Amino acid sequence: MTELLIRNACVFDPLNGIRGDVMDIAIRDGRIVESVQNNADVIDASGFLTLPGGIDSHSHVCGTKVNFGRYMSPEDMRAGRTARRGKMHVTSGYYVPTTYGNSYRYSTMGYTTVLEGAMAPLEARHTHEEFNATPLQDMLANTLFDGNWSIMEAVHAQDVKRAAAIVAWTLSSVRGFAIKLTNPGGTEAWGWGGDLTGIRDPVPNFNVTPAEIITTMIEANELLHLPHSVHLHCNNLGKPGNYATTLETFGLVPDLNKNRQTLYATHVQFHAYGGSTWRDICSKADEITKSVNAKPQIVMDMGQIMFGRTMTMTADGPMEFNLYCLHHNKWSNHDVELETGSGIIPVLYSKKSLVNCVMWAIGLELALLTKNPYQCLLATDNPNGAPFVKYPEIIGLLMSKRYRDEECATLHDGIDQRTSISSIDREMDWNEIAIITRAGQARALGIAAQGKGHLAPGAEADLAIYPIRCDDVDPATEYRKVVEGFQKTRFTIKRGRVVARDGDVIVDGANTTFWVNPTIPDEHNVANDPEFVKKFEEYYTVRMSNYPVQDVYLPRGRCIKTEADI
Amino acid sequence: MLIKDVVCPFCGCLCDDLDVEVENGRIIRVDNACTLGSKTMVGDDRLKAPIRRDGKGWIETTYDAAIEEAAQILLDADRPLLYGWSRTHGEAQGIGVHLAELIGGVVDNTSTVCHGPSILAIQEVGHPGCTLGQVKNRADLIIYWGCNPIDAHPRHMSRYTTYATGFFVKDAHRDRKVIVVDTRRNESADVATEFVQVEPGGDYAVLSALRAIVRGRGDVVPPSVSGVSREQLVRVAEMCKNAKFGAIFFGLGLTMTAGKNKNVRNAIELTDELNRHTKFIISPMRGHGNVYGTNEVFTWITGYPYAVDFSRGIAFYNPGETTAIDILRRGECDACLVVASDPAAHFPKPCVEHLARIPVVQIDPHPNATTHICRLQIPGSVAGIDAAGTAYRMDGVPIRLKAIIETGVPNDTEILQRLYNRVREAKGE
Repeated sequence: MTELLIRNACVFDPLNGIRGDVMDIAIRDGRIVESVQNNADVIDASGFLTLPGGIDSHSHVCGTKVNFGRYMSPEDMRAGRTARRGKMHVTSGYYVPTTYGNSYRYSTMGYTTVLEGAMAPLEARHTHEEFNATPLQDMLANTLFDGNWSIMEAVHAQDVKRAAAIVAWTLSSVRGFAIKLTNPGGTEAWGWGGDLTGIRDPVPNFNVTPAEIITTMIEANELLHLPHSVHLHCNNLGKPGNYATTLETFGLVPDLNKNRQTLYATHVQFHAYGGSTWRDICSKADEITKSVNAKPQIVMDMGQIMFGRTMTMTADGPMEFNLYCLHHNKWSNHDVELETGSGIIPVLYSKKSLVNCVMWAIGLELALLTKNPYQCLLATDNPNGAPFVKYPEIIGLLMSKRYRDEECATLHDGIDQRTSISSIDREMDWNEIAIITRAGQARALGIAAQGKGHLAPGAEADLAIYPIRCDDVDPATEYRKVVEGFQKTRFTIKRGRVVARDGDVIVDGANTTFWVNPTIPDEHNVANDPEFVKKFEEYYTVRMSNYPVQDVYLPRGRCIKTEADI
Repeated sequence: MLIKDVVCPFCGCLCDDLDVEVENGRIIRVDNACTLGSKTMVGDDRLKAPIRRDGKGWIETTYDAAIEEAAQILLDADRPLLYGWSRTHGEAQGIGVHLAELIGGVVDNTSTVCHGPSILAIQEVGHPGCTLGQVKNRADLIIYWGCNPIDAHPRHMSRYTTYATGFFVKDAHRDRKVIVVDTRRNESADVATEFVQVEPGGDYAVLSALRAIVRGRGDVVPPSVSGVSREQLVRVAEMCKNAKFGAIFFGLGLTMTAGKNKNVRNAIELTDELNRHTKFIISPMRGHGNVYGTNEVFTWITGYPYAVDFSRGIAFYNPGETTAIDILRRGECDACLVVASDPAAHFPKPCVEHLARIPVVQIDPHPNATTHICRLQIPGSVAGIDAAGTAYRMDGVPIRLKAIIETGVPNDTEILQRLYNRVREAKGE
């Protein structure tokens, strides 16, 4: 039995309604408890800001395309290098760091749980191998179904139960956590070099539309009682005028779950553009947030961009090719048979580019115009909008109008005509920051029940203690102190153990991978279905028996079982 | 006992549909494999125990003693090189990289003498690719450039390309065209719709000519380019543009001939160009079963796919300087650990001569050319036969190699972990 007592912590724990109380936190064997014995180890939090461990609900850190981003970018590897030191391995890279680089930087920023935004089922084993080399965060994998042939056939047959059964088999086989749709239908069209232009376009050869895929998968998701909702990267990413597609998509979503949203729309900044070309692009964050404010069934994340170099990587292959035609920089593409696509290109977001300035403003507008902070979470679609090490700056911007104004003054003049960022006065408080960086993520991912994102007795003892005294700092004016404070915790505690201290990781780490296993009645199990098996016999290049990810890849896996309603 | 869906560990195709019959702990029959694969699985001749030179000849030794001696050799070295890795599973490769990190050594894999130039090209211009099933289900045009799959990847054509029936390619023979480009007429050319014979060293010019034609500037192309007529080039370019889905596969004929990485870059940029007309992909024909796995594992740990030098404390990468060939040729390294490869059979003579002068430890179950120049050889089990672990197919698909027989021989992961632990302990950590 190991016990730890954190004294004098200034706690914000939104899911339990705690707002800045100075209190002690007792921990036993990795979980929060009511009290510990007198001989427990003690950490003095000295009144510092103490939050549940940070959760990133959409980040690209592990798997085939992330690693290819590293592989093709020695220039970035040179941009961030640290030597082996203490318990820390060598790290390389700034915007696509090595797995240890990601893990250490997240940990020193107080993040203890990360969801990988896109895992192709066929290549899931790779994602899990990298999860094991990302030792300081509990990991979860969004699993791609956007161009899945069996799913599209079930959608065409209007057979929701069959779609649900396919999802169940796939998630449990590849140890996935949630349904991810990236440009649904568009990735299949990209198999022929094409794309779709809206949610009513038919997918070539499959006679279904993105709208049908999205609605069927939403229903299937709820039949399976998955912890998370469908996680959607909308069609038409990055195209001027795409806000109309996004609004049309939001209009499809019923309110089916009383505990959480029914749709998680990711990196909405990239989907909130007005105008018709790059010349007249403008913000439609007002329209998007008006829709979200009226629809509690939708949660989104910002997809904030920050200025500087980074790498775009997504399963949205056609979008990356369009970006390549725009930038003429190096371009990689990797389509995955019967399932999905992907593409990678490096980008530079420049303050001289009006388009980039508009993008920057839209992300902030989305967060500031969404009334309920649980409905717009902080993320950059790491590394697409910016590497996650920029999160503290984003927190600073959301907490300080003055900081935003100072930044705006350095941007392209056109930003005032194209966006409303300068007219927004809202400044977030500590509690709202706690929501958009952990509590909201825990609720949206459905893992609060697993003890994530809050500090009630029974919760996992994942905590971040930041060297910020909330009473002494005025975020509106002293935003630099806020940014610095969120860059480096005084202590990061994972399952009751101090894992990072003042910017150094001090343990090897032993993370957990969460995955879901919905129980399906035998008669619906697609593993016994000749049509489904035929996909492996004839079209996949991997045998069905070699497809599932073996337990050995999840040495500390935690399975979340659900009972399906089919 | 019949074991189904066994993965062949031999080449980058990683065929996973073998039927293997095992009797009394031995493999007695293999179905579905090519001759290379069958030979890998049966008739496997191995060392029975670690061996070391005692000045007169070889003597057997124990694993404990061998690991101790290997640790001392690495600890005594100022510039150790840890080379090979492509025939073992990813878990062992990972420990190898961390061992190099621990001792400040150089770690390199066999890409350095095969598709290293492809990696350099990809680092310049990227890589439009896909998994092999995309090609099988969709491609109506296949180009093999500077490679001979019939000899080197014998099931590539039947599983993934020329003869593979796919969802959108019901009659592979009729629906699919094949172009072979090479300096000589090889066996693969015999099954091609079109054979393009390039003069040795002429690939770069031919690729440039094709790019010009695809861009609509055929007028600048002379009547003959490196032995290929303009007429044929125009025909090939039209075949590419008219394809619904084209796939270029290339081998060492492009990477290791004059132009090297620039050839590959040109081929990738031709592919980029073709994507403005139709769907096109390009993919290297990776040789060793898990050579792509070495690139993946090296990359997620160090950031670089090969040729990583830890002597500065950080991971440093500069192919041409930190590549195994260059370090050996400069006579720079003073000890070498060879794992799951055979540099003495493949490296240039001056490199092998240097290897013969320094202490070399080899972890490999088979007596090979490197055996003749090493001081100590430690046999591990074979990934895919008596050791399980991860391998990455040439297109990046990760597959689990199975242990289909039990031999009691420690696997490479166990041997390397013990070696790592011993070195770490000796360094007082």
